[in-house]
Amino acid sequence: MRLALHMAVASDQVRADCIEANEFPEWSQQYRVMAVPKIVINDRVQFEGALPEREFLSAVLRAVNGGGGPA
Amino acid sequence: MVMLSDKDRGSVRKELEKLTDPVKLTVFSQELGSETCRQTEWLVKEVVELSDKASMQVLNLVLDREKAEAYGVDRVPAVVVEGAKDYGIRFFGIPAGYEFTNLIDSMIVASTGTPALSAETQRALAGLTSPVHIKVFTTPT
Repeated sequence: MRLALHMAVASDQVRADCIEANEFPEWSQQYRVMAVPKIVINDRVQFEGALPEREFLSAVLRAVNGGGGPA
Repeated sequence: MVMLSDKDRGSVRKELEKLTDPVKLTVFSQELGSETCRQTEWLVKEVVELSDKASMQVLNLVLDREKAEAYGVDRVPAVVVEGAKDYGIRFFGIPAGYEFTNLIDSMIVASTGTPALSAETQRALAGLTSPVHIKVFTTPT
């Protein structure tokens, strides 16, 4: 979560939602949350567990790839 | 209702000494909302009381629909953390436990505007030309 929050401050393009999964069961079900943390980026890239900064960044870039972002 | 113990208060107050510029927390709640809405309001109230750089407002998801839409908030409880501008930081559900640490951290980074990321990451993010919406599902423990 920390990386997502800091990325939101680093770029006007980034929004970071921190969601308490137990409080929103339908929302969690929609994204098939089985383990936490579960990260979903632009509804295109998703993964479970914390990632190091470099890999988190490449997940972000993968999510915008083809959408006009840098490769 | 008391959400923070004296010990918590002390450590949060110390953490919030890192705030350099004003930070505003907007809580979206609902009159007939769940217990967690009320708890979230109380928790945020107790937090902002610990720093003169922190303030809060409480809005209603239904009555303040236009603002909710502008903030992109469609469920409650939600907390928007803003610094010099709206950086796009949202918490859904009561920010307690593990998320509480993130709430305090987000207040600090929104206040300073200085993310703790490598120069390489910041360069890559500066090059983004389309929106990135990151959702992180967590649990309090």
